[in-house]
Amino acid sequence: MDLYEYQGKQFFASFGIPVSPGGVATTVEEAVALVAGLEFPVVIKAQVQVGGRGKAGGIKLANNVDEVRTHASNILGMDIKGHIVEIVWIEKASDIAEEYYASFTLDRGAKQYLGMLSAEGGVEIEAVAADNPEAIARIHINPVDGLTDEACRAWVAAAKLNPIATEGVVEILQKLYRAYVEGDADLAEINPLILTPEGKVHALDAKVTLDANAAFRHEWAEYEATQVRDEREEAANAKGLQYVGLEGSVGIIANGAGLAMSTLDVVNQVGGSAANFLDIGGGANAEVMAGALEVINNDPRVKSIFINIFGGITRGDEVANGIVAALERVDIAAPIVIRLDGTNADEGRAILKTHESDRLISLPTMIAAAEKAVALAGGKSK
Amino acid sequence: MSIFVDENTRVLYQGLTGSQGRFYGLRNKAYGTKVVAGTNPKKAGTDVEGIPIYGSVAEVVKETGATASCVFIPAPGVADAVIEAAEGGVKLIVVITEGVPAHDEARFYNKLRRDFPDVRLLGPNCPGLISPGKCNIGITAGEIAMGDGPVGIVSRSGTLTYQALYELTQQGIGQTTCVGIGGDPVPGTTFIDCLSAFEADPDTKAVMMFGEIGGSAEEEAAEFIATKMTKPVVAYIAGVTAPPGKKMGHAGAIVSGGKGTAEAKMEALREAGVKVGNNPTEASALMAEVVASL
Repeated sequence: MDLYEYQGKQFFASFGIPVSPGGVATTVEEAVALVAGLEFPVVIKAQVQVGGRGKAGGIKLANNVDEVRTHASNILGMDIKGHIVEIVWIEKASDIAEEYYASFTLDRGAKQYLGMLSAEGGVEIEAVAADNPEAIARIHINPVDGLTDEACRAWVAAAKLNPIATEGVVEILQKLYRAYVEGDADLAEINPLILTPEGKVHALDAKVTLDANAAFRHEWAEYEATQVRDEREEAANAKGLQYVGLEGSVGIIANGAGLAMSTLDVVNQVGGSAANFLDIGGGANAEVMAGALEVINNDPRVKSIFINIFGGITRGDEVANGIVAALERVDIAAPIVIRLDGTNADEGRAILKTHESDRLISLPTMIAAAEKAVALAGGKSK
Repeated sequence: MSIFVDENTRVLYQGLTGSQGRFYGLRNKAYGTKVVAGTNPKKAGTDVEGIPIYGSVAEVVKETGATASCVFIPAPGVADAVIEAAEGGVKLIVVITEGVPAHDEARFYNKLRRDFPDVRLLGPNCPGLISPGKCNIGITAGEIAMGDGPVGIVSRSGTLTYQALYELTQQGIGQTTCVGIGGDPVPGTTFIDCLSAFEADPDTKAVMMFGEIGGSAEEEAAEFIATKMTKPVVAYIAGVTAPPGKKMGHAGAIVSGGKGTAEAKMEALREAGVKVGNNPTEASALMAEVVASL
């Protein structure tokens, strides 16, 4: 779950990381009211989850209330790469002497945490990594040990920052590490981490991705409420389904992410294209299958539906019951091709047998079922 | 022979009294797995269709000689369950549960590696493993597997693991062991762990590997195959048509910054001398050719 900058800053602040004083506004009036409590100049920043907002005119400096009114009215409603700006974050502008980069994430290969620190902040870290990899000081942290003060200091020394920043950076890195671990973040990144002319260090931006699997031990309702979703994805998520909208004409329902991806591939290989990725997950029952069919049925792109189920934790008889229940509940517009195997597949096929027609076809292999579904969707798309 | 489990593996289920644990624990037992006990501190002294329930893993190990644990505990309790299993004395921990927080995985993986280096963790978010005719731990439908080798299977995705088993069995090709390593950010057992064990297992003559987009585990496996393996490997990678930047269900299955694409993984595997199929059926046909030439 990606946070907006303002949420990331609130998240950081809750772990004691210094950020600039500011607030959010959704209207010009709110923006004007907000700056009454701030010192000028202030920065008005569009809140969108896409890069390049500065270039698009989504970040502006304002020296007085009139400029706040002008910039806020320009930025609110602005379209930045397809993202409409609905919120601006306004904060006291900072004097910047130097810009650094700091982040924590998981190194999957090493199976340890990876900390990255660079004196070359403020730009895309990928560009620094490509052009000048020595400019990034890396540290691997064993989650069992945590980030010791000694290791942290050695890491900061290796990054060759301005020596006057050392104490401030060490302190912020320890807090950022806590935010990353205790906050259950997949990514906690500050870019830029700035050094002011007065020698103070603080976070000028915040990029935070939270691990949705850890939501049970946090109060994240406010973050969840602002997540941007495709309408189809939202309807699917409400039913507990993993859904990604695509552009093709064959609606896909499969169990397991791997099989769902493979189903997309096979549909593509026989000349068709998928309208979606939909994983009904492990342990999916009749209710879940009926919900999945409803989601697919509401997509006007879908000309045929390919249900590809291999029973492991999902039982074939439950899948079959789900299809039957969904057919009774909703008028499915597109013909359904189903391939069912694995746990309780025989029981499942027996249930389907009594309902088979030219609108519900059961085929034994993935390829044959994909070919049939593509033919029913109007044949090869390319 | 088989890897990681055999007919002597004695399995306990943490979460046997829950609905999923009960369903699959009983299925595993019906398959012939030596299911010795379940744990639930609140239900100690009761039983699940004759399988005794104990208060802790340590008690089970003491009373029954259990060597492996299969974890069906809900995600919030998995971290404690894994540590309890390791401290209790089992040598193999198979975590079926999905949705475990990544930081929990990173912590218990590293804790096991440091304090219990001889304990193998498989998963989380994996289907488990099966040595056909000997032992089935987890949610694999045992009837689709066929014993007596010569092929070892390792897969990152649950349902694709079954697909691989099924396709080989359909062609009359038996399996030594089939391991589903799971698609989570910190898998306890990796492709390389399995490839290395299959290389060492005299009955395994060839290995089938099913991967998917995201991360670099397949590329690392390719490097291992090129330098350390003598046995033939056939592979399939799911997600050729997955759009970049979209998470395809698994936490690990995402193509980001041009990294982790199916094409790159297939290319790395081909360069390592692996035969790569474009779909599970094609991969199985390639494996049939390999087996025929053994």
